[in-house]
Amino acid sequence: MEDVSAKFVSQKISRTRWRPLPAAALQPPDVFATGSWDNEDNRISIWSAGDLGNAGLNGEYHGEPHLLCDIQHNGDVMDMQFLDQERIVVASSTGTVTIFRHHQNNQTLSADHRWAKAHYHVDQDTSCGGAACTGVVCNNPEIVTVGEDGRINLFRADQKDAVRTIDNADSSTLHAVTFLRTTEILTVNSIGQLKIWDLRQQRNEPSQIFSLAGDRVPLHCVDRHPNQQHIVATGGQDGMLSIWDIRQGTMPVSLLNAHEAEMWEVHFHPSDPDHLFTCSEDGSLWHWDTSTNVSEKPSFLHQGGRSTAYLSHSTMNQSVVSAWLSNDPTKDRMEITNLIPNQTLSVNSLDVLGPCLVYGTDAEAIYVNRQLFA
Amino acid sequence: MGLQRSEEELAGKSRKAQLVQVSKNYRSVIRACMEDMHQAAVSSRDPALQGQYSTQVSILSAMELIWNLCEILFVEAATAGPLLLRLLDWVRLHVCDVDSMVREVLSSESPSKHKLFWNVVDVFVLQGRMDEARHLLSKEASANPASMNMYKILDDLMKKMPVPSLGNTQTLTELELKWQHWHEECQRYLQDGTFASNPHMESICKILLGDEDAILEKKELMTTWYHFLVTRLLYSHPTVKPMELRFYAQSSMDLFLGGESSPEPLDLILMAAFEFEMHQVIKECSIVLSNWWFVAHLTDLLDHCKLLQSHNLYFGSNMREFLLLEYASGLFSHHSLWQLGVDYFDHCPQFGRVYLELHIERVPLSTEQKALKVLRICEQRQMHEQVRSICKIMAMKALRNNRLGSALSWSIRAKDAAFATLISDRFLKDYCEKGCFSDLDLIDNLGPSMLLSDRLTFLGKYREFHRLYGEKRFAEAARLLLTLMTAHIAPCSFWMTLLTDALPLLEQKEVIFSAEQTYELMRCLEDLTAGNPDKQKFQDDDVETTKVEMLRLALARNLARVIVKEGTVEGS
Repeated sequence: MEDVSAKFVSQKISRTRWRPLPAAALQPPDVFATGSWDNEDNRISIWSAGDLGNAGLNGEYHGEPHLLCDIQHNGDVMDMQFLDQERIVVASSTGTVTIFRHHQNNQTLSADHRWAKAHYHVDQDTSCGGAACTGVVCNNPEIVTVGEDGRINLFRADQKDAVRTIDNADSSTLHAVTFLRTTEILTVNSIGQLKIWDLRQQRNEPSQIFSLAGDRVPLHCVDRHPNQQHIVATGGQDGMLSIWDIRQGTMPVSLLNAHEAEMWEVHFHPSDPDHLFTCSEDGSLWHWDTSTNVSEKPSFLHQGGRSTAYLSHSTMNQSVVSAWLSNDPTKDRMEITNLIPNQTLSVNSLDVLGPCLVYGTDAEAIYVNRQLFA
Repeated sequence: MGLQRSEEELAGKSRKAQLVQVSKNYRSVIRACMEDMHQAAVSSRDPALQGQYSTQVSILSAMELIWNLCEILFVEAATAGPLLLRLLDWVRLHVCDVDSMVREVLSSESPSKHKLFWNVVDVFVLQGRMDEARHLLSKEASANPASMNMYKILDDLMKKMPVPSLGNTQTLTELELKWQHWHEECQRYLQDGTFASNPHMESICKILLGDEDAILEKKELMTTWYHFLVTRLLYSHPTVKPMELRFYAQSSMDLFLGGESSPEPLDLILMAAFEFEMHQVIKECSIVLSNWWFVAHLTDLLDHCKLLQSHNLYFGSNMREFLLLEYASGLFSHHSLWQLGVDYFDHCPQFGRVYLELHIERVPLSTEQKALKVLRICEQRQMHEQVRSICKIMAMKALRNNRLGSALSWSIRAKDAAFATLISDRFLKDYCEKGCFSDLDLIDNLGPSMLLSDRLTFLGKYREFHRLYGEKRFAEAARLLLTLMTAHIAPCSFWMTLLTDALPLLEQKEVIFSAEQTYELMRCLEDLTAGNPDKQKFQDDDVETTKVEMLRLALARNLARVIVKEGTVEGS
């Protein structure tokens, strides 16, 4: 935790994303992208995290992130994801979805492709009816976007028009989207519903709808467990973290009271899914660690399989239980740490890859922690 | 911000150290800005832009100069001995025009032969950097053995010069005494004519004696009157007390400028500082600097040092608050710095909240995410009216864009029953026009938020009725329908529709409504038709009258059947 390097950029950061590593790479990630919001002139920037040449005595990397290149962006950056090593898809508050290409030989960014009216309101009174595009997710070459107009778009990276559009998929704003399987997506909306859409089917209805039990609190972010596809985590406007098992029932499995304000992003660690990270408007970033439960259950059981008595907290070795589903605060130990010592303004975004964490705040700063599990 | 939070910290010495630390932080921020600006100026190719950046750099350096002086005089409130040391540091830090000359001479191969050599030595002496002066002089001495004798004496004098120390190792009187003694020694050497052969060394000795004319001769090396002031003080009154500064300052400025140029605003500000006129300093700064940042933060710092007497302005708040309010209002007009403005308003006890309430409503809400952030700010401060008005704005926008679900979620957030009623009416209208519900996913899943408004409850229940009918659970559907009418949740305009919905239930093969229920239905129908004034246009009512007739018929038939059924022994 001592290895957090901060950089003050004079723009409020709305999204930070690590560039994905090539499959066989061993070194930690070192390049990340950020998007800004609320400026008259918003920018997408690519940074290099710390100076690799400056390895200290114990091999620690010092130095703050430095800017490689940036490019102007029209509208607030609402969401961002890397399509592959060179291209990044950005969703804008004007309803436009753009693919930017990062040219690594001369360190520049250029706009590769743009879908201008991906999201819009049909309103006779206003001339430009652009609606903010709130979420984007990619699975090369497919790109799915959702927006404030309740529309879901499916694009392919090389095609000019949308492959498929589901108009009026939702009567409220869709806040986030993620892939459940290659042909199914999950969306969350502002009336507290989690919907599964099957893209192979032609009908414009969700195949399943889940909702919270009590108040219909808007859900802002969603992420799926990397290995066990039935486990989904969502974050709500009241800061509550909900864990769902989508094979069973329509209500969340556990509700964890986390933050005091909206939870903006939730991420399972991609290679170590016992760890979950959430960040919130109240300025805190929490690291949820259930790996202490591993001692009670053998580790090879985490490879999926039948889970029979997941509600009973039996320590019988034959029941395969994921630490996330069997959460009883009195029995199982879950370590939760706040990674920010003095919190001021909102932490808008985080991304985690390998041992590295990057997050951006409304206090116009980016923080990189390269020794997350030290 | 950290300064505000440390208000509960303990007072006394530690507090003072903390305030000094805060002041230093401010200064380092200014310096960092200066650095960046300088980089930008150097790297930009457009000369106009370069000029702009350079002026910014000079403004920032002036700001830092003023702040530093205020820190020494007010925040740290240095006392007689250390005051001089601080002022010396201040001068060394800020008068750096001579640095390039110094570097040149030092890096040349034989410094003593350099033409600027004696200038550099003089600079060192004027700034009180004795060790460096002596180092250079030793080079000269080794190059020029003839003046070895003179050098030795001068070197000796410089070494022995008493300076105030930071710690409490010597009292002022001790220092005074030693200094007096040293001064007399210098005097003696000068009068003996020891340095007569070397004019440079002689002038150095005169400077050491505090001879004003000698010091004034080196005007170009000092470049500013405050440098002159400090040098003068160093060599004539090292134990100067803070309160005495003003006299020396005034005379120094007059002597230095010599009536040839009038003082610039910067000079006036510094003079006010030397005179300990804090209000004057702030006033001058506000006039000169276009941005409120400097004065707002400086005033806040001084206020925390409890140095500003509360100076009631016409608007009833004190100066610190006034300046902070001005600054924060300026922040709010910026497209992204409004979030910072919130914090500033929070710390203005008297008017902060009112200002915040007015400003926060006017932040332009371009996306829902921004609206959510603004709402969170309002909710944290219990500004319920602002919450309601912002939610209403967002809900209206959503309604106009036909996003009924979003509109509903905004009205739930604001707990706005009236708006929820509006939205439900819109849904019902859509249903009447289209014959089916739009946005079923919303209505089906209303949950407890249904209770927000009566109309909304009706909507939910009505949809449930349709669902029950679709699932062929007729008895329950019938019961529900009846409750909807009798409990008066349904709006009057909708009763006809409800009764029409009852028709298929009445016409079913098996009897669904009991006698009681049928009576209720008939009563409702009569209420409805009786309530209709006769002035209704008859062409519209053709359909209506047919409907009513059909209903009456169906009700009568049902009644007949149910009486028979209930009268028979087997029951149903």
